[in-house]
Amino acid sequence: MLRQILAITLINLASIPRRWGPSLVIVVGIAGVVGVLISVLAMAHGFLDTMAHTGRADRAIVLRGGSNSELASTLSRETTLVIADAPGVAKDADGHAIVSAEVVAIIDLPLRQGGTSANVTLRGVGPQAVALRPELALIAGRWFQPGLREMVVGRSAQQQFSGIELGSRIAFRDADWTVVGVFASDDSHASEVMADSEVVLGAYRRNLYQSVTVLLQSASLFDSFKTFLTSNPRLSVEVSRETDYYARLSARLGKILTYVAYVVGGIMAVGALFGALNTMYSAVSARTVEIATLRAIGFAGTPILVSVFVESLLLALLGALIGAGLAWLFFNGNAVNTLSGNFTQVVFHLQVTPGLAILGILWAAVIGLLGGLFPAMRAVRRPVVDALRGH
Amino acid sequence: MKYFPLLWSGLWCKRTRTLLTLASIVVAFLLFGLLQGVNAAFSHGVEESRLNRLYVQSRVSFTESLPLAQLSQIESVAGVEQVAYAHWFGGYYQDPKNFVFSYPVDADRFFSVYPEIELPPDQLKALINTRTGAVVGADLARTYGWKIGDHVPLKSQIWTHPGGNSDWEFDIVGIFEEPVDRSQEQSFYFNFKYFDEARAFGKGGVGWYVVQLRDADQGPGIAAAIDARFANSPDETKTQNEKEFTQSFLRQFGDINFLVNAIIGAVFFALLFLTGNTMMQSIRERIPDFAILKTLGFSDDAVLTLVLGEALLLCVTASLFGLAAATVTFPVMKSVVGVARLPPQVFLEGLSVAALLALVTGLPPALKVRRLAIIDSLSGR
Repeated sequence: MLRQILAITLINLASIPRRWGPSLVIVVGIAGVVGVLISVLAMAHGFLDTMAHTGRADRAIVLRGGSNSELASTLSRETTLVIADAPGVAKDADGHAIVSAEVVAIIDLPLRQGGTSANVTLRGVGPQAVALRPELALIAGRWFQPGLREMVVGRSAQQQFSGIELGSRIAFRDADWTVVGVFASDDSHASEVMADSEVVLGAYRRNLYQSVTVLLQSASLFDSFKTFLTSNPRLSVEVSRETDYYARLSARLGKILTYVAYVVGGIMAVGALFGALNTMYSAVSARTVEIATLRAIGFAGTPILVSVFVESLLLALLGALIGAGLAWLFFNGNAVNTLSGNFTQVVFHLQVTPGLAILGILWAAVIGLLGGLFPAMRAVRRPVVDALRGH
Repeated sequence: MKYFPLLWSGLWCKRTRTLLTLASIVVAFLLFGLLQGVNAAFSHGVEESRLNRLYVQSRVSFTESLPLAQLSQIESVAGVEQVAYAHWFGGYYQDPKNFVFSYPVDADRFFSVYPEIELPPDQLKALINTRTGAVVGADLARTYGWKIGDHVPLKSQIWTHPGGNSDWEFDIVGIFEEPVDRSQEQSFYFNFKYFDEARAFGKGGVGWYVVQLRDADQGPGIAAAIDARFANSPDETKTQNEKEFTQSFLRQFGDINFLVNAIIGAVFFALLFLTGNTMMQSIRERIPDFAILKTLGFSDDAVLTLVLGEALLLCVTASLFGLAAATVTFPVMKSVVGVARLPPQVFLEGLSVAALLALVTGLPPALKVRRLAIIDSLSGR
């Protein structure tokens, strides 16, 4: 049996070059499905990954009660001081609480591509910000000096928006700001611009902060920290673990992208399945006499069935490899920016991961198998005599 | 038309193949309809925008307020007909998931700057005379079952009362329609004065000014004049026409256009192979048939037309099915794009794409048939 399968399958495959036209239909069709599926999922994956890297479980972010994002929140200076004094907040060697009361403003910066202006986050941070977020690594220049109109920019922001090179000056709020440093991180802060919170408050003539981020002595102290603040009748605040906060911000867009990938990919897969069926039917019908001859000289039905399956599967897998390869070649690592839940830009990179490639190959295998099933059955079921006569 | 039965029987001489090809093309056009529909719905706002309206926002970012004191200065710029203003309220109804596109506006001028908003005059009057009055779009009113006379509480994500409370009470005094762009019927407008008096911070600030021009052609000059007036002041402005304003907003979400075009490109590239292959095979099998047609006196050009006609029949029929399916399923997308009907121009675009597909895939076999020598093909050489 195995020898029969092998023999017929090899004969079958050897004849593919002579009918490359129909075979290409399967390959190209499936390459399209897998390419689109993987590219859109790579986008969802890259976005969620960037947002998931933002924040740590042992940090908490405090907003005004009822506001779901920093931009909509307002906190008075007194409130920020109460939060800094709450139990469970980590202290540095000198006994200062590791907290940052932050001001979030938006500045318009032109996109490098196309030049339209985009909402970029200007985050005014407190003096402990560097201790609070050790994951931000300075890669060029220096941090800003307190009290001066200086800013440091995230590397992703710098790649995506123009006018914020090291040393360049940006004029807004009736004064020039100088870019004095660049920092890198693999989270959404890399899409932001940071400066001294007091200077930002002054420049925007504001006296309210937007959020307070604190480092806790340990992640398990979050609940007591939260209870302390929410049970204080003089405060109306919303306390979240940083990880939960960013997961909430990214959930909607992540869901939409995943949904688009599966719906569009699914519809395309149905189309490709019809194409595969078409090709395999014509492949089988072109070999009607050949198959009947094989059966007449004693080959069983199963090897013929398997040979059709193998052909359609191999063509589908070739398509999947091409599709995944193209997606990886063109899109892996591409920087994309979009509006996040905070109404400001997040820059992220498409990630074509091995997991996604395997998913694409699985889809292709299913299409290939289904596409081969009915034609294979038809080939085997046909009475030998009829087939030999060419009816 | 006389040859329709001939085309029809030619198409169906291999039933399975034709059905499967048809099904693939139907699926491709279903996807085309849905994706182009989303694209068209997003750019609809851009195309419908009027050039005789300018938007003045803070140069720093549109989330920054501008002082109300700028109003009279903008009004005095030559060529300005009238100026209205609005702010972003960030309201939601009962649950943050029920987001409401709500704006405080100066009712007496706002609605005359937007003549396409159809609000009965007595309801506009009621809005002006009711401090807590609000007018809502017909679609929004349907969503929550709101009627005139209803008392509606909204919460704001941004604005609080001095006590820190973010509950705002409104009385619905009117319901408007906006036939040019139904997606705008999700809006909720209320009195700026009520908003300004009751908010805890930011008093006297507006989100943006809408400037109506006497002559749209002077737009760029007037925009520059407004920005020049506030240059080097603490509140510098950026003035754009409605099209630029809408466009810059949409582009921030990312390049939807590119995404849609890339997917459709991949789909149609694959489809080109599929349909081309079907046509090629189908014609190759019927070469003797075409030789007989030629023997009967059909000219070279006539058989060429027959083959192209067959391709056209296949592609256009399938695209009609696909686009019809897209029209039926499009309402599912309402929550994403705000409109429930597939824009009609997508249908026309789809048909022209189908015709193009037929031409590209039908031409090679058609030319082959045109060149056929009768003797050779009949004798099977």
